[in-house]
Amino acid sequence: MSKSEPSVAQAPNGVKMETRNVNISYGSNQAIRDVDLDIADRSVTALIGPSGCGKSTYLRALNRMNDTIDSCRFEGHILLDGEDIYGRGVDPVEVRRRVGMVFQKSNPFPKSIFDNVAFGLRIGGEKDKDVIAERVEESLKGAALWDEVKDRLQTSALGLSGGQQQRLCIARCLAVWPEVILMDEPASALDPIATAKIEELIRELREQYTIVIVTHSMQQAARVSDSTAFFYMGELIEHGKTDMMFTRPAKKRTEEYISGRFG
Amino acid sequence: MTEQVLDAGDGRAPAVNSRRRTTLRPRRAKSKLASSFQTPLWHRVAERTIAVLALTAIAAIALIFVFIAREAVPMFWEVEFAEEVELRDLFLAKEWKGYDEPVFIWQPVGEPAKFNVVPLFVGSLKVTFLAMLMSVPLGIGCAMFIALYAPRAVREIVKPAIELLAGIPSVVLGFFALMVLASWAQAAFGFHFRLNAVVAAIGLALTIVPVIFTIAEDAIQSVPQTLTEAALALGARKYQVALRVVLPAALPGIAAGVVLGFGRAIGETMIVLMASGNAAIMEVFDFTTSVRTVTATIAAELGEVAQGDPHWRVLFLLGVMLFGVTFVLNIVGDLAIRRLQKKLTAES
Amino acid sequence: MRHTKKDWLLAGLTGLSLAVILLLLAVLLGQIIWHGAPVISAEFLTEKPGADMISGGIWPAIYGTVFMTLLMTLAGVPVGIATAIFLNEYASPRSRIAKVVRLAVNNLAGVPSIVFGLFGLGFFIIFVGGSIDSLLYDDPTPVWGKPSILWASLTLAVLTLPVVIVTTEEALRTVPRELRDASLALGATRFQTVYKIVLPNAKGGILTGVILAVSRGAGEVAPIIFCGAANFLPYLPTDLRDMFMHLGYHVYALATQSPNVDAAQPTLFGTVLVLLVLTFSLNLLAVIIRARSRAALRP
Repeated sequence: MSKSEPSVAQAPNGVKMETRNVNISYGSNQAIRDVDLDIADRSVTALIGPSGCGKSTYLRALNRMNDTIDSCRFEGHILLDGEDIYGRGVDPVEVRRRVGMVFQKSNPFPKSIFDNVAFGLRIGGEKDKDVIAERVEESLKGAALWDEVKDRLQTSALGLSGGQQQRLCIARCLAVWPEVILMDEPASALDPIATAKIEELIRELREQYTIVIVTHSMQQAARVSDSTAFFYMGELIEHGKTDMMFTRPAKKRTEEYISGRFG
Repeated sequence: MTEQVLDAGDGRAPAVNSRRRTTLRPRRAKSKLASSFQTPLWHRVAERTIAVLALTAIAAIALIFVFIAREAVPMFWEVEFAEEVELRDLFLAKEWKGYDEPVFIWQPVGEPAKFNVVPLFVGSLKVTFLAMLMSVPLGIGCAMFIALYAPRAVREIVKPAIELLAGIPSVVLGFFALMVLASWAQAAFGFHFRLNAVVAAIGLALTIVPVIFTIAEDAIQSVPQTLTEAALALGARKYQVALRVVLPAALPGIAAGVVLGFGRAIGETMIVLMASGNAAIMEVFDFTTSVRTVTATIAAELGEVAQGDPHWRVLFLLGVMLFGVTFVLNIVGDLAIRRLQKKLTAES
Repeated sequence: MRHTKKDWLLAGLTGLSLAVILLLLAVLLGQIIWHGAPVISAEFLTEKPGADMISGGIWPAIYGTVFMTLLMTLAGVPVGIATAIFLNEYASPRSRIAKVVRLAVNNLAGVPSIVFGLFGLGFFIIFVGGSIDSLLYDDPTPVWGKPSILWASLTLAVLTLPVVIVTTEEALRTVPRELRDASLALGATRFQTVYKIVLPNAKGGILTGVILAVSRGAGEVAPIIFCGAANFLPYLPTDLRDMFMHLGYHVYALATQSPNVDAAQPTLFGTVLVLLVLTFSLNLLAVIIRARSRAALRP
C-alpha cells in the first residue's frame, strides 16, 4: 500500500493536529506504519477500520497515553498547533491537559459525581471552591448531564447508568478545558438510546472542540463525523470528507470495507 | 442543553488559540507545551523518596549476608580461633582423645571444645524430613479436598481456619508441642525420650501445612476448567481426572509449595528449640531420639557466648550456611512457580 | 455422575487429611483456652511478675509486646508501602531494577527468623550501635551497642517488610487500570494518580495487609532473643535503649528455663492465651477491614 499523502479533507478552521511519519510498535509487532494525517480544528474526525487495524493505538498516541504502556515504541512527529508533542522537554502531562480522552469503557472514579468532574481542576491546582463549583456545573451542562444529576451531585458516580457514566466521563474531560477530545469507541457499551444521546452530544461539542473518535460502527461515523480516516493493517488507507468517503471512496479497500465485505 | 456554555463564552474568534469561553480560562503561555503547570516540589521529593525506599529490600538482603559473614569469617585468620579449633574439624570426623574411632561431635563446652556442624545439619534435616513426610500429604490432601470435593460452605470455613493456623506464632506451636503433644505422644507410642524428633516434627508440620496448602490450592484452582471438562467428556471418572489431569497440571505449583515449605521448616526455630529435646546426638535413622537442629543451636547458645569467641564465630558460620541454604531453596521455589505460570498462560 | 469406590476413596483420604489438621487446630485452641482462661484475671493482666516469674501478672510483657509492635510498624510499614508503590506504579515490570527488588523481597521472605536475629545482633547492635557509642562516648560501657527495644523493633521491621510489600502490591493490583488511565488522561501526573486515585481505592487492602504483617511480627520470638527481649524486667521500658519483656519470649523462657515447669504451667497457659488473643484480634481486625473495603467498592 502506498504511503498516504498528508491530507486535509476539510479545514475551514485550519489544522489542529498534524501527524507526520508516525510509526508505533509493541515489541516486535508494528501496530502503526507511516501514518500522515491532519486533523481539522473544531470538527469531528472519525477513525474507522477492522478491529486490530491500529486505530485505537493511533488515537492513544495523540495524547501520549501510549507512554503508559511499557513495550510501546513511538517514532515520528505529532504536532499540536504546530508544536511537537513528542518533542524534547515536552511534559506528557501538559499534552494530556490539552488533549483529553474518553475511553471505551466508562471509567468514573469511585467518588461522588461532583468530585469526579472536579478531579481534573483540583489536580491542576485550582483551589477556589466557587470556581470549581461553577466549572463542574458548566461541564455537566456541556455534557448534557446537569439536569439528570443536579440534585445528587454528592452521590457516588457508580450509581449512574452506563450512558450517564459515559457522559460523566465526557463532563470530567470538558472540565479541564481541553482543546482536543479523543474518544475511543465511546458508545460501544451503550444501548441505542444512550448512544443517540452521546452522538447528539458529540455534534454539539464540535462547535468548540476538535474531536477524534474511533468507532467500529460505520453508521455512527457517518452520523457524527465531518471527515473519516480508514485504517487497515496499521496503515492509513484513505482520509477524506465523510460524505465523500461513504459515497465515493477513492480506494478499493475502503469501498470493500464500507460495503461490508470485510471487518 | 449546552446553551449556557456556549453563551458563557465571548464568541469564538477565528484564530485557533484565542477561544476564551469564560473569563476563568487561564491564558496560555507562549510555549504551550513546556508546562504552564508546575508540579509541586513535594511531589518530586516524594517520588524520589519512594524510589530510594524501594531499594531497602535489596540493601536488607545484602546487609544480612554481609553482617552475619562479618562475624564468622575472621575464623579463617584469627590466631585465637586457630589455637582452639581446627577448621577441618568443623566438617570432618575426628578421633578425639578418649574415642576409639573418628566421630562427628558438637560439644562446645567440652574440653577441648568440639564444633563439628554435621550432627546439627543431620538434626535439622531429620526433623525437616519427618515434618515434610507428614505435611506434604496433609497439605496436598487438604488442597485437593477443598479444590475438588468440598462444598462451598465447607470451603468458606476451612480457608479462614487454615489462615488462622498460619497466623499462630511459632512459639505457641512450640509450647503446644512441648506441653501437650509430647506427653500424649509418649503415652501413645512409649517414646524413651519425651522430647524427640517426632514431636518437634508434628509441631513443625503445623506451620508448614498452611504454606503447602495455600500454594497447592492456588495451583489446583488455576488448572483450566477446559482441561477438566475435556477429560470428563472423554469418559474419565472424577478420581481419574483428579489424579491424572489436575494433579499433573498443578505439579510445578505443588512442587514450589513443597520447596518453600521445606525452606520454612529448616529455618524454623522456636518449635524445634522447645520440642526437640536439643541433644546433639549423631543419629541418622532413629527418629525417637532427641535431636538438636542448626537453628535451635544458634538460639540456645549465642546468648551465653562472648563476642568474638571461637564459639561465637562458629555460630555465625551456621547462620551464613542457613542463609545460603534457604536462599537457594527460595530461588528454586520461585523458578518453579514462574514455570507454572508460564505453562498455564501458554496453555490458556 | 456416578461415583465409583475409587472416587469415594480419594475423597475420603483427602477429607481425612483436612480432618486431621482441623482436629489438631481444635485441640490446640481448646487446650490453650481450657487451661489458660481460668488464669486470666485483672490482676494477671495488670500486675508485674513476682521474683519467681510465676506469681503475679504479665503486664510488662503485654506492654513490651505492644510497644515493640508499634515501633516495628512505624519503622517498617512506610518503607514496605513505598516499595510496593514503586514496584506496581513506577517501575516497569521488565526493568532490571524491579526484577532485582522483587528477587530481594522474595528471598527476604524466606530468610529464617533466627538469621534475622543474627543480623540484628551483627548489624544493628554491634555495627550501628557500636559505631554510635564509639563516636559519642569515651566510656567503654555500651549505651547504644547493646540489646534494646529499638534494635529488636528494627530487626522485626526488616522481617515483616516482605509481607507488607507483597500484600500492599496485591491491594494496588486490585485498582483497575481504567481508573489510572482516566486520571492520567485528565492531565494528572503519575504521583497525583497514585496519591488521589490508587491509594484511596487500595486503602482497605493495604490496611489489611499491614495488619497481617504486624500480627506476624508481634508473635516472632527467635529474632529478638539476642536483640532486646529480657527474661525478667520489673520495670517498663521508657527509653528506646531499654530492654523489654515480650509475651512470646516469656513463654519460651518460662517453659524451657524455669526450675519448676509444673508450677509455671498455669502462668504459661495464661500468657499463651493472651498472646494468641492479641495476634488473633489483629487478624480479625484485618478480616473485618477487608470485608468492609470490598463492600465499599460496590456502588
